[in-house]
Amino acid sequence: MTAMLDINRLLDDLEAGLRARLEERAITAPVLIGIRTGGVWLADILHRRLALADPLGELDISFYRDDFSRIGLNPRVTPSRLPFATEDRDIILVDDVIMSGRTIRAAMNEIFDYGRPASITLVTLIDLGARELPVQPDICGRTLTLAAHQRVKLRGPDPLHIELRDAL
Amino acid sequence: MTHDPYSHALQLTADGQLRHFLTLDGLGKDLLTDILDTADSFIEVGERTIKNVPLLRGRTVVNLFFESSTRTRSTFELAAKRLSADVLNLDISTSATSKGESLSDTLLNLEAMASDMFVVRHSQSGAPHFIAESVTPGVAIINAGDGRHAHPTQAMLDMLTIRQRKHNFEGLKVAIVGDILHSRVARSQIRALNALGAAEIRVIAPATLLPSDIEALGCRVEYNMVEGMRDLDVVIMLRLQRERMAGALLPSEREFYRLYGLSQDKLALANPGCLVMHPGPINRGVEIESAVADGPQSVILNQVTNGIAVRMAVMSMAMSGQVEERSRLRQESGAL
Repeated sequence: MTAMLDINRLLDDLEAGLRARLEERAITAPVLIGIRTGGVWLADILHRRLALADPLGELDISFYRDDFSRIGLNPRVTPSRLPFATEDRDIILVDDVIMSGRTIRAAMNEIFDYGRPASITLVTLIDLGARELPVQPDICGRTLTLAAHQRVKLRGPDPLHIELRDAL
Repeated sequence: MTHDPYSHALQLTADGQLRHFLTLDGLGKDLLTDILDTADSFIEVGERTIKNVPLLRGRTVVNLFFESSTRTRSTFELAAKRLSADVLNLDISTSATSKGESLSDTLLNLEAMASDMFVVRHSQSGAPHFIAESVTPGVAIINAGDGRHAHPTQAMLDMLTIRQRKHNFEGLKVAIVGDILHSRVARSQIRALNALGAAEIRVIAPATLLPSDIEALGCRVEYNMVEGMRDLDVVIMLRLQRERMAGALLPSEREFYRLYGLSQDKLALANPGCLVMHPGPINRGVEIESAVADGPQSVILNQVTNGIAVRMAVMSMAMSGQVEERSRLRQESGAL
């Protein structure tokens, strides 16, 4: 299990998958946006590997979550930072773990409030299944099925590693 | 049990989150910093093409203004709209209360319209507390200024403006100048500056415009503005509230301007880069020289912009506290 979750190998896979995807879609100047916190760490690495001209974007989706009326506001909101115009751009959206799909729904709503992008490509490191919305990653490092007592979390940023542990 | 019209425990949930926002009394540095940090995120939202976020979608915010105000009411309205709430503006001075309806009856009617939040401005100190005590659980009350007591959102937008320029409060010397006696803003500012750790807070005013108990709030009194301007990092000018002045508290406005007006000469006595602030509306030539109000050290218009972000922060945090509290109560009753 731990060998399968070697972060460097997964990052290589994400980079290769992303390059193939961009080539297939003839996308030459994409912009990268990471979802805080884990997604930003991954996006930062991919941003350097792809040597993109535009700076990295960071999204805090706290204001767009769909569970405000149940759990309230995230007590530690930080400003989103998209230091480029998103209008008509090809966006690569990066997150560490996808499960219900609700985070990605919130992130896409937020992105559209900045403008209308040409396209959004979704990259996730780990897919845990258990989707509640019709949202699927275009590029995914690994698909995992966890037992009820297991939890997975990306730790970082330095060193970046995947923590798989038993819940208490 | 004695009744405390200003009880500040009322505004916090069991785990210390805001559920109303009535006063800065009893709020610590951490909570005030959370408000400023959340407001920072809303400033970023205000710079987008679409300035709305869906946080309060489907909720109804009622602006309940028993005393007229343009700036405060319109920034509260814009703040609620940017949180995607439905907003109802009620100018009570021209409404049902003038037909004899009591405050309690007005509130019952508004609650019957399924309101989620009341933003209250009242000439009577303690009115928002009174409403918070009697309102249906789940409805948040925000104080938009009550009598001479408090104007906590104004103080917090001032703190946000100071933090943007000076980055932190440690070591800062801040003066509040002018009509302290009638100023709910000054009281809230002194509370906030002390909680956030400002090095020194001076109030500069003639004795007739100072309340007798002001030093108890944690500030130093200075009657001479020329002395008081030395080593200052921030000077906050207050509006001379002529409409509240019963009796002769001042010899003349001209005399007041000569002694306590912020002129370029007096500003030159402060530290270079000393910020000039004013909660508005400004009386040019009464408490501040036009060239200073419009000058490079003035952040008066930044204060207005920051007012929207701070009010968005406070509204969403109080609503969040109400939501958390309701789900906690539901869990507890479910566990029984």
